[in-house]
Amino acid sequence: MKHCVFIIAVFLLGFTAVGQDCQLTISGKIQDFHNGEPIVNATIYNKNTETYTTSDLEGNFVIENLCKGSYQITISHISCETKVIEIDLQKDYRNTIYLEHHVEELDAVHVEGSTITKQTVTGQETLVKKDIIDNNSAANLGDIVKHVTGVNSINTGNEIVKPVINGLHSSRVLIMNNGVRLENQEWGIEHAPNIDVNVANSISVIKGSSALAYGSDAIGGAIILEPKSVAVKDTLFGKTIAGFQTNGRGFNINSSLAKNYASGWFLNGNLGYKQNGDLKAPDYYLNNTGSKSYSGSFQSGYKSFEKGFEVYANYIDSEIGILSASHIGNTADLVAAINSPVPLISEPFSNSIESPKQDVSHLLAKASGYMRFKSFGKVSFQYDYQSNHRYEYDKRVGADRDKPAVDLKLQTHSVKGDVQVDKLGNYLINFGVSGRYQDNFANADTGVRRLIPDYTKYDLGLYGIIKSNFSDKLTGDLGFRYDLNHIDAYKYYRESRWIERGYDEDFSDIVIEDIGTQILTNPVFTYHNFAISTGLMFELNDNNTFKLNYSLSSRPPNPSELFSEGLHHSAARIELGDLRLGKETSNRVGLSYLFDNDTFSLTLDSYFNRINDFIFIKPIGTEDTNRGAFPVWEYTKTDANLIGLDTNLDYYLNKAFSFNVKASYIYGQNLDEDLPLIDMPSFRLNSSVFYSNDNWNGFNASLNYVFVAEQSRYPDYNFEAFIASTGTYELVDISTPPPAYNLFNFQADMTFDVFKKSKLTVLARIDNIFNTSYREYLNRLRYFADDTGRNITVQLQLNY
Amino acid sequence: MKSILKLFTLLLVSNFIVSCSNDDDNSIPPPVNEEEVITTMTLTFTPVGGGTVVELKTQDLDGDGPDAPVVTISGSFQSDTTYNGTVEFLNELEDPAEDITEEVAEESLEHQVFFTVTGGLGTMTYNDTDADGNPIGLDISFQTVSTGTPINGSIIVTLRHESNKNASGVSDGDITNAGGETDIEETFAPITVE
Repeated sequence: MKHCVFIIAVFLLGFTAVGQDCQLTISGKIQDFHNGEPIVNATIYNKNTETYTTSDLEGNFVIENLCKGSYQITISHISCETKVIEIDLQKDYRNTIYLEHHVEELDAVHVEGSTITKQTVTGQETLVKKDIIDNNSAANLGDIVKHVTGVNSINTGNEIVKPVINGLHSSRVLIMNNGVRLENQEWGIEHAPNIDVNVANSISVIKGSSALAYGSDAIGGAIILEPKSVAVKDTLFGKTIAGFQTNGRGFNINSSLAKNYASGWFLNGNLGYKQNGDLKAPDYYLNNTGSKSYSGSFQSGYKSFEKGFEVYANYIDSEIGILSASHIGNTADLVAAINSPVPLISEPFSNSIESPKQDVSHLLAKASGYMRFKSFGKVSFQYDYQSNHRYEYDKRVGADRDKPAVDLKLQTHSVKGDVQVDKLGNYLINFGVSGRYQDNFANADTGVRRLIPDYTKYDLGLYGIIKSNFSDKLTGDLGFRYDLNHIDAYKYYRESRWIERGYDEDFSDIVIEDIGTQILTNPVFTYHNFAISTGLMFELNDNNTFKLNYSLSSRPPNPSELFSEGLHHSAARIELGDLRLGKETSNRVGLSYLFDNDTFSLTLDSYFNRINDFIFIKPIGTEDTNRGAFPVWEYTKTDANLIGLDTNLDYYLNKAFSFNVKASYIYGQNLDEDLPLIDMPSFRLNSSVFYSNDNWNGFNASLNYVFVAEQSRYPDYNFEAFIASTGTYELVDISTPPPAYNLFNFQADMTFDVFKKSKLTVLARIDNIFNTSYREYLNRLRYFADDTGRNITVQLQLNY
Repeated sequence: MKSILKLFTLLLVSNFIVSCSNDDDNSIPPPVNEEEVITTMTLTFTPVGGGTVVELKTQDLDGDGPDAPVVTISGSFQSDTTYNGTVEFLNELEDPAEDITEEVAEESLEHQVFFTVTGGLGTMTYNDTDADGNPIGLDISFQTVSTGTPINGSIIVTLRHESNKNASGVSDGDITNAGGETDIEETFAPITVE
């Protein structure tokens, strides 16, 4: 169904003298809001008299012989929502009525049978719909987007889950929450997105950097969470989801309530809480893997076709325990952990969360507004503020026991303006400007040298996008974007490191003060980034569609890549950033083929992504400290190729049975060293069979099989380390990927009518049915313990 | 509508106030002096009945920086002699130096110093215990072997916290099953007994 909203601009053009009773008229002219052209054959219904009329070739209509009083006039036109006008008629009344006629067709590609829209025309984009989000209410964003083929996750345990799009993650993946670019210290692998998926009505995953309106640095892709669109009518509805999980003895509850008014005002809110204790691998408990998270959001505003505004606030606080066996002191501890088949710490189940752990809170607040101008388009403005506060607690001793080892507060202010010009028929032009100010505060009270330094950052972005329907079959888009990034940091370097890096020669001009063992510096960098995205979509016929997209984008190094300098306890390695790193540049070509008929649909997304000066971290040797020798990992750059194919296939056998198969493969190569790229997802196959029967209370069931191959293409970064306690040299096998694994999952749900207008959905799911022991290459805790075993979830969802 | 607009403005303004009132000044941040780092470990062995004190010391003033620790061995041990040993941990990045030994003693239930003697130089025994009766390792005895000719070996010293002190062999000084996190570890070699 077309999502059309009508609006009436009330311009009183004139009036006639007061007539006698029942001699009054209501008349008007109905015009296209965009180009002023008359709209022919709109239906005008007078409810009071139950009479109909239609607009003529000039868009005019007249209703005659009306008495004084109030009237309700309903105007409708093909494929658009019906709009009602109330008129208190005291004298003849004439209006020019502007109808929104076709803008949404160009504005976005519509998904059949839904009002959710896609963000790009020619990009490789997939939508995750609300039922998947609802069915996985307790899950993390990173787990939900894995429903899209070609999207994986890089994990630190089960709760720290970062999305990986076509092999790329962290700073290369942009996350938008209700129009706000999430700024949550996304540089680190152990920094998960601070977002509660329950706030989203749909999640759009765009592979590659084609969503230029949001940023030019999303070399991997973008994940766009959109809340439910506001319906302009009087409604009040709510939803409560409660779930229980056997593994970790967890539960979650999430409740939302929305009130909309026909006048256009709206108000809604959402509250959620979830927690779990220690998770369990098939053979042992994963000690200290409990987590707790609460979240809330509030949205209110006014929406009409012509203008609207919105205020939105969202808060989430998560406390996440890190597997205690993964916290190690030196390379010998790492060797002992890798060589031990079971974790070196194994205790009974506990609900408490001890160090090491993270406690991260994120506040997002935004205010936005828009206006539409007839025969022009839509102008929007937005201001948003985000505050991300991250504490990380290590196992510490003495007076520092309860003191965080990391205390970082990142605050971001953004403003943006966006203009959409839609009067040009087959062309839709979108341009805008955005500005951002960011302040990172690293608290010195931790007593641990700062991982990320204090900095301020300014960004300015300009973009322009044009979309065009060349013909019924051919659509194209072309976008460009320029971003200026300016970062101004204060960083203390260890004097010995400063010299060892050769910074004393190359960067002597940024030294402010030498305070003995440390040197205070003021690195200031400015980056200019240009991005282009262009493509064509060719709809050969109803069944076959081809898409071709090219995008150029670049990303400046993040604070971690520039400034890291110190020991990472969880990985037992020294990580070093590099002030000399420049931006990385991606040239990506995506070619897609889509086939769709009544029983069968197929999507093939292929891509070639060449990234020049791709920034990654690799080992360069070992250094002796008085805790033993540590491998040194340094951020460096290489030219890289990422080539892959993602497929999705749906087959509807009959009303009851359907099948889905997803498969993805990626080839990542480090060209400078002629080695495979590290941390690339291995081949995976995900197939499901679905059964549904409406006669059994909307019964749905699905059996899902996941095969993950062993990653045979990996760089061998193993090294030998001296183990003091045995006086021998031993191999530290940090590279060899774990073996392939197979998992089976089952899910079933039924929906019942309860109370008067409510529906209750009861869902049961078994993950890892056979309690298979496995380890995943992209889980950083794979050295220490198996992944989680069987989990049974029971979830109740009440819609009211 | 007006009241909503007021609210909207209030929200905007309050955001700016909140965000400008803390942390936003562009003053230079203070340096961090690492608090619980052990830069220096000193083992002092005093022969029972008199003789030359042997001191084993490792000092790494740049912590996990690129400079390797400086290891000094003051001299050789005498054959067939009992030495009383003490272990001291310091953080010399602070001024005056912080004595970490006290913290280890206070939290003795979670700490243990392990000694591995190679080359058949002698036997190390614990003289101190925590509240559970398990060894700590700050007060030790070293009995050297009886030898006619000088022999060389090494002494490896490891401080662990959060280790499992009740695991098999741990109370006898065997580090194999101890687990936990290494705070400091040094191999002193060559150690000579003559």
